[in-house]
Amino acid sequence: MSKLALRHLSCRFGSVTAVDDISLELASGEFVSLLGPSGCGKTTTLRLIAGFLPPSGGTVEMDGDPISSPASALPPEKRNMSMIFQSYAIWPNMTVAQNVAFGLEVRRLARAEIRAKVGHILDVVRLAPFRDRYPAELSGGQQQRVALARAIVVQPAVLLLDEPLSNLDANLREEMRYEIRRLHDEFHITTVYVTHDQAEAMVTSDRIAVMNQGRIEQVDEPRALYARPRTRFVAGFIGRTNFLDGEVHGVEVVFDHFAIALARFGESPALRGKVAFSLRPQSIHLHRQPPAASERTCVIPGRVVQRAYLGEHWDYAVRPKDGELQLRVTARPHEVFEVNEHVWLEVDPGQMALLGSSIGT
Amino acid sequence: MRWRHLDKSVFLWLLLVAALLVLVINPLARLVWSSVQDGATGAVTLDNYLAAYGRWRYLEALVNSLVLGLAVAAVCVVFGVPMAWAVSRTDMPGKGLVWAAILGTFIMPSYLGAVAWILLAGPNAGWLNRVYMGLTGAAAGPFNIYTMAGLVLVIACYSFPYMFVFTRSALDLISSEMEDAATTLGAGVLRTTLRVTLPLTLPAMMAAFIVAFLEAIALFGVPALIALPGRIQLMTTTLWQFFEFPPRVQVAAAYAMPLLSITALLFWLQQRLIARKGYVALTGKGGERRVVRLGAWRWVMLGYCLFITSLSFFLPMVVVLQAAFAKAWGRGFSLDNLTLANLRFVIVDQPITRAATVHTFVYGGVSAALALGLALAIAYIVHRRLVPFGRALSYVAMAPFVIPGIVLAIGFYAAYTSPPLALYGTAWILILAFTTRFLPIAYANSNAAIRAINPELEDAVRILGGGRLLALRRVVGPLLKRGLAGAFLLVFIPATRELSSAIFLYTTGTQVLSVLLFDKSDEGNFEYLSAIGLILVLGTVTLVLAGLRLVGRDFMLTRTTTT
Repeated sequence: MSKLALRHLSCRFGSVTAVDDISLELASGEFVSLLGPSGCGKTTTLRLIAGFLPPSGGTVEMDGDPISSPASALPPEKRNMSMIFQSYAIWPNMTVAQNVAFGLEVRRLARAEIRAKVGHILDVVRLAPFRDRYPAELSGGQQQRVALARAIVVQPAVLLLDEPLSNLDANLREEMRYEIRRLHDEFHITTVYVTHDQAEAMVTSDRIAVMNQGRIEQVDEPRALYARPRTRFVAGFIGRTNFLDGEVHGVEVVFDHFAIALARFGESPALRGKVAFSLRPQSIHLHRQPPAASERTCVIPGRVVQRAYLGEHWDYAVRPKDGELQLRVTARPHEVFEVNEHVWLEVDPGQMALLGSSIGT
Repeated sequence: MRWRHLDKSVFLWLLLVAALLVLVINPLARLVWSSVQDGATGAVTLDNYLAAYGRWRYLEALVNSLVLGLAVAAVCVVFGVPMAWAVSRTDMPGKGLVWAAILGTFIMPSYLGAVAWILLAGPNAGWLNRVYMGLTGAAAGPFNIYTMAGLVLVIACYSFPYMFVFTRSALDLISSEMEDAATTLGAGVLRTTLRVTLPLTLPAMMAAFIVAFLEAIALFGVPALIALPGRIQLMTTTLWQFFEFPPRVQVAAAYAMPLLSITALLFWLQQRLIARKGYVALTGKGGERRVVRLGAWRWVMLGYCLFITSLSFFLPMVVVLQAAFAKAWGRGFSLDNLTLANLRFVIVDQPITRAATVHTFVYGGVSAALALGLALAIAYIVHRRLVPFGRALSYVAMAPFVIPGIVLAIGFYAAYTSPPLALYGTAWILILAFTTRFLPIAYANSNAAIRAINPELEDAVRILGGGRLLALRRVVGPLLKRGLAGAFLLVFIPATRELSSAIFLYTTGTQVLSVLLFDKSDEGNFEYLSAIGLILVLGTVTLVLAGLRLVGRDFMLTRTTTT
């Protein structure tokens, strides 16, 4: 049985549908991210789970019991969850230790036990020396760790994080991603993590649910999500990509000025009519001479129209044959081509992800 | 809806709605209702309106009030705007002194100012007349406070601080860069001031103009002390006469309607003026404000500021102090005229003043606490969207702002002299009337305080297992503490000086100092009046000093207190 389940959950504010019929199940101890652009409904979803909002439709279930439905919602304080807020929401009138102890006091633990637990968690988040400071006397990263400690120390059934790193500067953000994952590996709390930053989601999560306009477009493990996006939105939102629109004619898929034999797409489902693919820039290789023919790949002639050197790699824009389509290609620093140079593009159709229809795009 | 799922704080919110009903809705409804009700039979009638407007004297009073309002507002511009500019934008010396004098003007109840001005410019006996006669040898002095001009001067003296505060706030927000932009395009100082600086402050000045106008037409104390003896009919004094025995509440209610509608309309207009953000609320950041160097003119400017504040504060204070400590104020400033007998009489000998002093501060304190508690709770529900009709609640809480005190008192009188809630004759009718009257001040301050608290701080309590009430106790309450002390004083201070609603609602056992001061004004015992006034002022000064300590220099002189 899943720990936490969202079933056909919807939330409307007046005429606006913020969350539109989403379903998601989390296994016990699983870390799932809700990833999407601002306004996609991910924070609303989180607040629905927390019980701050009543759903307009559908249910939230914990351990099989409905805790939120349009008819009635258990107040947040009775859900045994904890949450980390975008603003951290550290109480400025309490010291670090008082902040962390709060949830334990509400649970009426013995004083000695509270002291022990607070001491332990402050060690874990490396805040022990700061226990008697007030939040205003802490740096942003330290405040963040207070929020983490406060949320984890009560050993909640579910931990919710609402864009917890968005107020930190870039370096700290990167460090805290690993910190959050480290804490998860230590405590195994079922976690829902809301973010708009794909790198954050990739580092921390077991699975990622990509949201767009109130719906979940795809739920997958980070690698699968990147390699096999199923919608145009997901492909575009996670990393950079090229979109290839084509049409099936007989034994070939015809793209703009070039075609690839159907057989090369291997075992992918029977293709018919108009089709669209996502092809990552690093899945294309550029050659000066036509490479040796292979079973897997196919080769298309093209011309470099633009290039930029970004240090870690080259960024080329290449036009296959003389079509309108421009493909972005990532190449290693020593692979130097001139603008207008004729090149050969080597493409592995196996790495082309077939896209289904997506909402709104 | 399952009980376990129900948020129990719901019952508390219902209580608040009930409180607003008692304090605001019912008195207002009863006011309107009694204006169309026959006093004897209770039948619906328009006779009250006929009685209220059927006589030329009553209509004349209406016209007089409007003229008075306009004249006062105009004088406020002349008094307040140059001072605001001088304090905000120039290198005039003695700004601290001017600032303190304006705060002093704020602290002085306007009816005490009226008493002082009777001492200063009463025909023949007034100090100014005596000085004039002494200097010129003339047989009579030129000054007579019991005239329309005298009335305008006294009211303007105690309304111009609004103009000063509003204009200064606007000027403080205009960065010098805007003026520099005009200068780089070839405009001189005068042209820049006239074309850029002043137009930018115009909406604020308009708003203050309206406030001063409304203050003037709704004021009771000063007109009662000056217009009644001077035989100038005004709306508020006419209302007062309707209440003389036997009280004609229904006629008074009918007569109050234009006052209520003018006030409501103008406040709406004023809000619109302030709300035009693109024009008024200029960006405060991104530019420092340089001072204009006045050269020798800065002394002229200082002279002007001191002249105005002499009229409003220094001279009145001197004569009130003199009278309070004098055996007979007319005998002048000599040591053998000094006595503590007046104060002793007021504080110790006279049980009625002793009781009134206690009442003043107890009623003020209780109503400030009530108003603040209620305002906080409403602001909280509105901001956290706990009820669907939150906007309506906030409008109701702000509504007393557009109700002149005297009109509110008539509403309270109409609503609570008879069962089921017969409060007339008890202290509660005064306390509740004060609570209602100053609820908007409390609400504006609570609103600002609550808005500053991130709702996630409470969400964090709840998700960790604490209820909403625990969140209020452990987090919201402690965070609000400091700001609320200031807000409490901002209600407490006007509540201790309130006259216009108290005058209709007090009975012999529930007198407050302001009422006593007005009551004794007939007897012409100015030493006694001054002593009462002095107690009031000292009480207020203590409170203001506490406020300054808690809130800082801008206490009372910011726009949140006056809008």
